[in-house]
Amino acid sequence: MDRLAFDIAHLLAGSLVLASFMLLYQDRLYAMLNLFALQALLLALSVAWQAHIQGASHLYVTAGIALLFKAILIPLALHRMIERLGIHREVENVVGIGLTMLAGMALVALSMVVMLRVTAEADPLAREDLAFALAVVLLGLLMMVTRRNAVSQVIGFMSMENGLILAATGAKGMPLVVEISVAFSILVALVVVGIFLFRIRERFDTVDIRALDSFRGERR
Amino acid sequence: MALTIALGCAAALLAIAALGAARGQLAGFFKPSYGACLAATVLPLIAAGAHLLDAGTPDLVLRLPLGLPWLGAHFRLDALAAFFLIVVNLGAAAASLYGLGYGRHEPAPQRVLPFFPAFLASMNLVVLADDAFTFLLSWEFMSLSSWALVVAHHRQRANIDAGYIYVLMAGFGALALLLAFGLLAGPDGAYDFASMRGGERAPGLSALVLALVLLGAGSKAGLVPLHVWLPLAHPAAPSHVSALMSGVMTKVAVYGFVRLVFDLLGEPAWWSAMVVLALGGITAVMGVLYALMQHDLKRLLAYHTVENIGIIFIGLGLALAFQANGIGWAAALALTAALFHVLNHSLFKSLLFLGAGAVLSATGERDMERLGGLIHRMPRTAVAFLVGCMAISALPPLNGFVSEWLTFQAILQSPQLPQWGLKILVPAVGGLLALSAALAAACFVKAFGITFLGRPRTEAAAAAHEVDGLSLASMHLLTLLCLLAGVLPGLVMDALTPVCQALLGQRLPAQAALPWLSIVPLAEHRSSYNGLLILCFTAISAGLAWHLLRRVGAPGARRAPIWDCGFPVPIPATQYTASSFAQPIRRVFATLLFRAREHLHMPPPGDPRPARWHVEIRDLVWELLYLPLAGAVDFAAGRLNAFQFLTIRRYLSLVFLALVSLLLVLAAWP
Repeated sequence: MDRLAFDIAHLLAGSLVLASFMLLYQDRLYAMLNLFALQALLLALSVAWQAHIQGASHLYVTAGIALLFKAILIPLALHRMIERLGIHREVENVVGIGLTMLAGMALVALSMVVMLRVTAEADPLAREDLAFALAVVLLGLLMMVTRRNAVSQVIGFMSMENGLILAATGAKGMPLVVEISVAFSILVALVVVGIFLFRIRERFDTVDIRALDSFRGERR
Repeated sequence: MALTIALGCAAALLAIAALGAARGQLAGFFKPSYGACLAATVLPLIAAGAHLLDAGTPDLVLRLPLGLPWLGAHFRLDALAAFFLIVVNLGAAAASLYGLGYGRHEPAPQRVLPFFPAFLASMNLVVLADDAFTFLLSWEFMSLSSWALVVAHHRQRANIDAGYIYVLMAGFGALALLLAFGLLAGPDGAYDFASMRGGERAPGLSALVLALVLLGAGSKAGLVPLHVWLPLAHPAAPSHVSALMSGVMTKVAVYGFVRLVFDLLGEPAWWSAMVVLALGGITAVMGVLYALMQHDLKRLLAYHTVENIGIIFIGLGLALAFQANGIGWAAALALTAALFHVLNHSLFKSLLFLGAGAVLSATGERDMERLGGLIHRMPRTAVAFLVGCMAISALPPLNGFVSEWLTFQAILQSPQLPQWGLKILVPAVGGLLALSAALAAACFVKAFGITFLGRPRTEAAAAAHEVDGLSLASMHLLTLLCLLAGVLPGLVMDALTPVCQALLGQRLPAQAALPWLSIVPLAEHRSSYNGLLILCFTAISAGLAWHLLRRVGAPGARRAPIWDCGFPVPIPATQYTASSFAQPIRRVFATLLFRAREHLHMPPPGDPRPARWHVEIRDLVWELLYLPLAGAVDFAAGRLNAFQFLTIRRYLSLVFLALVSLLLVLAAWP
């Protein structure tokens, strides 16, 4: 049972990283949204599995929140936003896909090395979980850095937050209040970002953030 | 009990500061404010004096639940703290008394009254603090409240500049002290002084701490080349605050040095004495040479503070040298000399600044070239100022002589030192000390002679009037103390024995029991000094000479036109000026040290324009050290400025890169 529990947790966390890579590779907005929903679903499964093996019933609530908000509500909201904004479906990358993927692999390797080193005494389950979580966070950040489109930056941000939730649930004893407040702050961030997207669009007829820079009168 | 009184009075001073902030703009509020300050400084003065003189009282400690929750605020009153508490509160009481009279001339009382008591309270708290947090907090509070006083008269551009440089240097010094305390506390973070005291430290670490303390306390005290803010900031404040900053705050900085180096750092290394001695010697000579070039009375006094800090550090360096070699009695002599000079300088420098303040409020002038002849219009101020000048010039029987004499006695013990470096350096520093003493005398002949003697050079000087009674009382009190400390040095030296005992484990022999108030620091056959004898001799011979001149030489006073050197132009501009007085010394020393150049513009014959002669003096410390530093900071700031205007994505990339590189460091860490 123990061995199996570990393997399933490992599998779910690893598939989160895989979903991050797919997000990194994808350059169409709707597909990105779907992938993000998939990642959130995997997160919810992973958290539920953690709840099961840790015997911590409050984690089921976290899993529920992840499922409801991140796998259903946020992708739907973003979907509607894209439709109403009628934005260009393609996402422009700053760096080429191949290079981004290579950088992503290096980041995963880095997070493995760091986490396995610094958590030498920790519970192996938590160790693996933390390493994957750091990888998801770094990949989310990489996505924010390499994309020019505001919507894809929002998705990068949300995927980063998925990594944080994964790390938080992997460690035993994280109180529920923290997770609920994180979930709500993400929701608030979504609302704010949504409003801003509409405002940017109204002003500049695009959600390409380069328009913002040129409005600020800066050179690139 | 004494500690409770001192802390209670500090709290009372803070309350007065708060009241000053609320009611400072009311006319006449200065009277209760300064009166309360006077009371709140005299009380701890008496308490600390009783604590110091009552030999055998244990150190008083107190821990208040303030500040950091796991540390609390520790306070301690030992012999060293008690001595500096006396120095601080003596100067503070004199300044408060002066303020009672001076307060009505203050144009902006609401800018002085809240900060003056806060400044006093913070200096008391620095001396009493017994953990690094309380010490640094009080130290910074002292810097900030004195900065507020420096920029009190903020309409003058020069004051704002002085305040800017002051607050920069104060921040730099506090940073150095913060790092020094961090190194002393070690990785466990033991920030109370009691646990720092016993720690074992590697020699490299001790050297680093000493360097940081020299930067931190030295910049506050005014060691060359960290002195640049001092002659700008001290004169900018109102005069009784100048007296406090010069007379007292620099002593608090000396206290910080003594506390950290002698008490907390443990056994000194002999080369650390070399550094302190060399810095002290250079500071003494440079300070007095700077002072000689000045025509501004208050700035001249501020530069003399630099000189006297040099003398004090020479004494401290000697104490370190002897202590490092286990010659305890000589170390006790040197430390006694240094601390005695701390007391003396606080007395006569406060007196001189108060005198300069009296001149300033009577004439509105600080420039000596626009004063003159004040001895006829302000005779009482003139007497007090003259005594202060004699004391700072180290003339017996006044107090300045005793402490410099003791310093020389310690220098004369240098053949006992085994290291050749010290054997050579100490007599050289003795030469510097002698030179600075002689130059100081020249400088104060100039300061007193140009300001008070001769004929008035301007209308303002001619229309001067004596200042009020309270200001005079404050100055005359300090005059009396200067004389008493000079005639009764044995009492001061005996009061300092517990300090030496606590810091060095050695003490000088008791002096009070010796006949005729003599002092014999080491042994009868080596050296002894008797201030009373010199006072009596001076008084009797002067009286006799006066009597003979009056009765035998020229019976009856007669009034006649003064001798005009055969040059009967009756304008005051024909008098000796401050710069002409300093000219010989300027030509000898300043041509090299300050690049002094004299320019003469003589119009050709027939041209009715006046001839012009002016002296150009450059401050090489400023030009070679501070301007390049400021330029480098400016350059770096200009470069970093680009970071203010990046795109959002670039900021994110920077965060990302920083995160990744930190993780890489973590991964590569052995």
